Amino acid sequence: MLEMPKLDLAKCDCCGLCVSVCQCGAIVMTSNRITIIETDDCGWCTMCELVCPSNAIICAYEIVFDNEV
Amino acid sequence: MATNREFLASIPYFSGLDDDELDSIGQSFSERKVERGEIIQLEGEVVGELFFVASGAIKVFKTSSDGKEQILSIVRPGEAFNDIAIFDDAISPVSAQAMAPVTLYGISRIELHTLLRDYPRVALNTTRVLAERTRQLMSLIEDLSFRHVIGRVARVLLENAGNGTAPGTRLTQQEMAAMVGSVREVVARSLKALEAEGAIKLERNRIRITDRKALENMVEASA
Repeated sequence: MLEMPKLDLAKCDCCGLCVSVCQCGAIVMTSNRITIIETDDCGWCTMCELVCPSNAIICAYEIVFDNEV
Repeated sequence: MATNREFLASIPYFSGLDDDELDSIGQSFSERKVERGEIIQLEGEVVGELFFVASGAIKVFKTSSDGKEQILSIVRPGEAFNDIAIFDDAISPVSAQAMAPVTLYGISRIELHTLLRDYPRVALNTTRVLAERTRQLMSLIEDLSFRHVIGRVARVLLENAGNGTAPGTRLTQQEMAAMVGSVREVVARSLKALEAEGAIKLERNRIRITDRKALENMVEASA
């Protein structure tokens, strides 16, 4: 299962900015609710996290040493 | 055109104005639609209108001589992005690109000058907005000027990396920025610099430390 950006619905005010900047179609708004869909096209550009005014989207990085993955 | 009163009221430039004043001011604006990826303004261009973002988002950036892009800010609805060049009648110091389909409300320099004369409240609000912007940019410049931020980012990476048996802490760029006492834009730049130096490799949602010793040297140099 491909990891996708995480959404904190409690913080999300459904402004839709994340939907508008997402170029791979992974973030959609249905019935005034944001949903993140798993897709291989998501390159972790983190633009959704960057534009979110309420810090509701998290694009975290796993940090690993080269020989320990 | 008549610009949405509620939208104007949400803009810091026009806070504190009554409905009649907002309706009157709204007549001075024109609407412009911009596609995702479109360059709205290039560094060095002459600016004729002050633009406010009504929907979508814009990134404001500078490009170095070797083509590297430094994002200075993300402009969201209710914010302006080209006010500096409007107020000092000079060329734009930055470029601006739409990150999404964007709707802008623009007001010409001449009409803006009229507004500032007719509405002292707008002039007062404007000084406050520009002062806040100056403070943000000074903070960013301070961070960009000191290489030790890279050393602090290197330390964060070393301290939060998984050790092979236990997974490391998962961090966003914003969290790394908070940990090193900087801003996200500087962390992004630092990570790219560390990758260029061969110390790390940036993968989709993973930062792979490829040269532990190099990171340790950077930590030591910044101490």
